Parts: sequence; C-alpha cells; structure tokens
Amino acid sequence: MTDRPSGPDQALAAAVRAEAGAIVASLARLVGDFDVAEEAVQDAIVEALRSWRAKGIPDRPGAWLQVAARRNALDRLRRQQRHVKVLERLREDVGTEELDEADERVALVFACCHPALPADARLPLTLRAVLGLTTGQIARAFLVSEATMAQRIVRAKRKIVDKGIALTVPALADRETRLDDVLTVTYLVYNEGYVSSTGATDDRDLADDAIWLAGLLATAMPDEPETLGLLALLQLQHARRTARFDASGGLVLLRDQDRALWDRPAIDSADRLLERAAAGRRPGRFQLQAAIAACHASSPTWEATDWLQILTLYDLLLRHDASAVVRLNRGVALGKVRGAAVALEYVDDLAPDLARYHLFHATRADLLRTLGRADEAVEADRRALELTSNAAERNLLLSRLR
Amino acid sequence: MKYVLMFTSDTELDAAIDPEVAEKTYQEIFAWFEEHDKAGRFAGGGAELQPVTTATTVRSGDNGGRVVVDGPFSESKEVVGGFTVIDVPDLDSAISMAKSWPSLALPGHSVEIRPIVEHG
Repeated sequence: MTDRPSGPDQALAAAVRAEAGAIVASLARLVGDFDVAEEAVQDAIVEALRSWRAKGIPDRPGAWLQVAARRNALDRLRRQQRHVKVLERLREDVGTEELDEADERVALVFACCHPALPADARLPLTLRAVLGLTTGQIARAFLVSEATMAQRIVRAKRKIVDKGIALTVPALADRETRLDDVLTVTYLVYNEGYVSSTGATDDRDLADDAIWLAGLLATAMPDEPETLGLLALLQLQHARRTARFDASGGLVLLRDQDRALWDRPAIDSADRLLERAAAGRRPGRFQLQAAIAACHASSPTWEATDWLQILTLYDLLLRHDASAVVRLNRGVALGKVRGAAVALEYVDDLAPDLARYHLFHATRADLLRTLGRADEAVEADRRALELTSNAAERNLLLSRLR
Repeated sequence: MKYVLMFTSDTELDAAIDPEVAEKTYQEIFAWFEEHDKAGRFAGGGAELQPVTTATTVRSGDNGGRVVVDGPFSESKEVVGGFTVIDVPDLDSAISMAKSWPSLALPGHSVEIRPIVEHG
C-alpha cells in the first residue's frame, strides 16, 4: 500500500496487527474474561516481537500467536487457581482454528470504544487490544511513561470486565451512534500518526494502522456510509503525505505543496468510496470532511480551488459537527469567498473556545497579513509558536516571523 | 449479569411537575415493570422510596460515637427515588432497559446503572 521502505520491524508490526484483535476476541470468548485474554495476547505479542526479530516471521503468524496466547492464558488462570472448567476447555482445545476474523475484531472495536469507558482510555485500549501495539509503543506515541500508560489501560480493561461490556456488535437501533464513537477513535489513531504532535514511534506507523482499521470497518459494515466516508477521508489525507514535508523535513502547507507528488490512485479510490457512500443518502461528518478533502485533491492548483463548493460543504458539515475547530476551518473558506475582513470577524468569535489552539492564532495571522495588519499578524504568529511543540510546525511559524 | 438500576431525580424540578403528567408517567412505569417482568429481566428486590424529606442518617460522631441526624447523607439536589435489581446478559441490555425508563421524559431524571458484586 505504501511506497515507503518498510523495515523488518514494520513487517513484524503488520503481522501482529493482522492477527492480534481476532485472537483477543476469540480467546476472551473461550475463557470468558476479556482482561485475562487481552493480557495473554499482549504477552504473546511481546514474545513474538522478540522471537520473530531473531528468527524471522513464521509461516503462520496467527497460529504462532494463538498458541502462545493460550499458553499464557493457561498460566494466568492457573495462578489465579480458579476457572477450573475453563482450564479443561483450554487444554482440550489445543488445535488452532481459522478465525472468522472480521466479525470478531469489529465486535472488539465496539467494546473498546464503548461510551461507558472514559473517552481518553478508548484510543489506547483500541491500539492495544485491536491493533496489537505494546504498552511501550503506545506510551512512546503519547509521550507518557510506560507505567502511566499501563495504568490507564489496566483501569479501562477492568471497566470492560466489571461493567459487563460485551464483545458484540451493537443492535441496529444503537449502531449509528456507537459507530460514530468507533470512527472517531479510528480517526484519532490516524491523527496521532499524521500530525505527530508527539512524534511517531520508531517501529509502528499509526497512520497505516488507522487506514487498516478503517478498511476493516468499511468491509464489515459497507451499508454504513460513514465507514466508507472515513476510509475515503484517511486515504485522501494519506495521498498527500509525501508532499507535506520538504527535503529538509520542513512542513509544507497545502497551498505550496507539489501536487504532482499526490498519490493519484489513492485519490481515485477515495472518490469511488465517496460515490458509494453517497448512494446511501445518509450524509455524515466523515463523508463531508472527505468531500472537502476531495475538492482540494481534484483541484489542479491552489488558485483554482473551488472555494464556494468547499464553503457550502462546511455549512453542511456544521449541521453534524458544530465544533470550534470545524468553524475555524470554515473561516478559512469564508475568507476565500467573502474576503479576509468577514472571515476575521467570524474567526475572532471563536477565541473563547480556541485561545489555546495554535492553529487558531496561525489562521488569524494569515487573515491579518492579507488585510495588511502586519504587526498584529506577527503577534498572532508568536502566540501560535508558544502553543505548539511540534518541531515541523514550529519551523514553519519561525520562518514566517523572520 | 446483575445490575441495580437507581432512579434519581431533582427534588426542586419534581415539585414543579404537573400532577396529570406525574399520573401518566406512573401508569407508564407500571407498564415498564410489567413488560420487563414478562421478559424475565428482574432478579428480585427493589423499592420505590418515600420522599427524601423522610430520610434519617446515622453517621459516626467526633468522639467515636454514633450520631443520628435528620436528612439524607448528602445535600445534593439529586436524590435516589427508587431502585430495582435486574439480571441481563450485559451492559448494553441494561442500558437499553434504562433508556426506556418512562421518567426520563421528565426534567432532571436519570438512571444510574451499577453492577452488583458477585461473591463466589
């Protein structure tokens, strides 16, 4: 899928990712305890990364992980000296089964993104249980200590068990709202890898993980247009990845990007997904964000961008997501259609919500510069600089201040 | 899995409810219990409580003794008005029961779902 050279660790990670979630789900069903199952698989993953690095990836990585996870589950249950019946079941069932992977994993994602779990625990839990990241990898991605991350994950898992959250796909009546939670987490996985406000991990590409997960959801629930919308959105953002940085690693804004570097097949694939989604006649925030991204992707130059259509799409998007960040982005389109003065007035109203958001100040700086208010623009850029720790973004802001 | 559904409301808002609406809600609550009883979702146990003004609280006093006071254990406006014990497969089933609780149509009402500690 990518033309980036993938090292052996990425191959390991991909093999783990392909198997981990399905094994957690099937083992949880077998032992009747999500926590035990998840820990057993996590231990197996850590063993696998070590062993496969030394000996190479086995022919059937899934079977390897399944056997190791079962052995670990057996150990854990034996130490707890209970679950006698489960122990018998585990011992008898020594063969490895071909799993009905898609369904099992989708049910697991719904459980990890359950609204009864704290919002800040859903993302790490999904990364670990569904995508098979180790606690260390997750901790590095979030720039927290491994102990802190371990504690957050342990608490979330206890809640799944103690509250009685089932590993099932929700009934149709609840599916749409629950799906929105799942898609939001998937989008956050991508964002964590894309923006890298904290820096990606060395051995795991979260952007790839997110696209893989979005693909899984779109395949499992093709009748839910928002699953197709999210996959399209991620493909469109990913299509621009090589154009986002210059040779020295500096960030390149959309307006300055070399559009020849954009991944055309990915953009075409996203367009087809959006057409299929539109046939469902249930627009949602991911389809609309993807449609906005598609507008940019189909424009030959920044100057030729169809801003009126983009502004119209933002107006529709606001009906589904009236968050301050969406309004900020609408402000940019508004500036192109009705002028910087109108846009600045609109954007300034967002100050109470976005005063701590660096892109709020960067957007204001841009509008102020267009209006010839250079001193205020510099002031706004300085404020933006104070509020971001991302090296690439800092460099871009610094270059504007020079 | 067994859960307790705790039905809470805001006493000030409750005082402002039209008696006809209250009566209608009462009928709906009766039907709610009947429906879920037929489906075998109750584990036995539960009660509708007298108003919070009737509450008496016992707590430990400063010198290790026991003190009896008039009123509920917390002064919050939200009070538990009743509870029932249910036995359903998982949290989602409990949530769907709670969502259909008729009083949720009234302002300030909520349902808290708490799993029961199973000793064993």
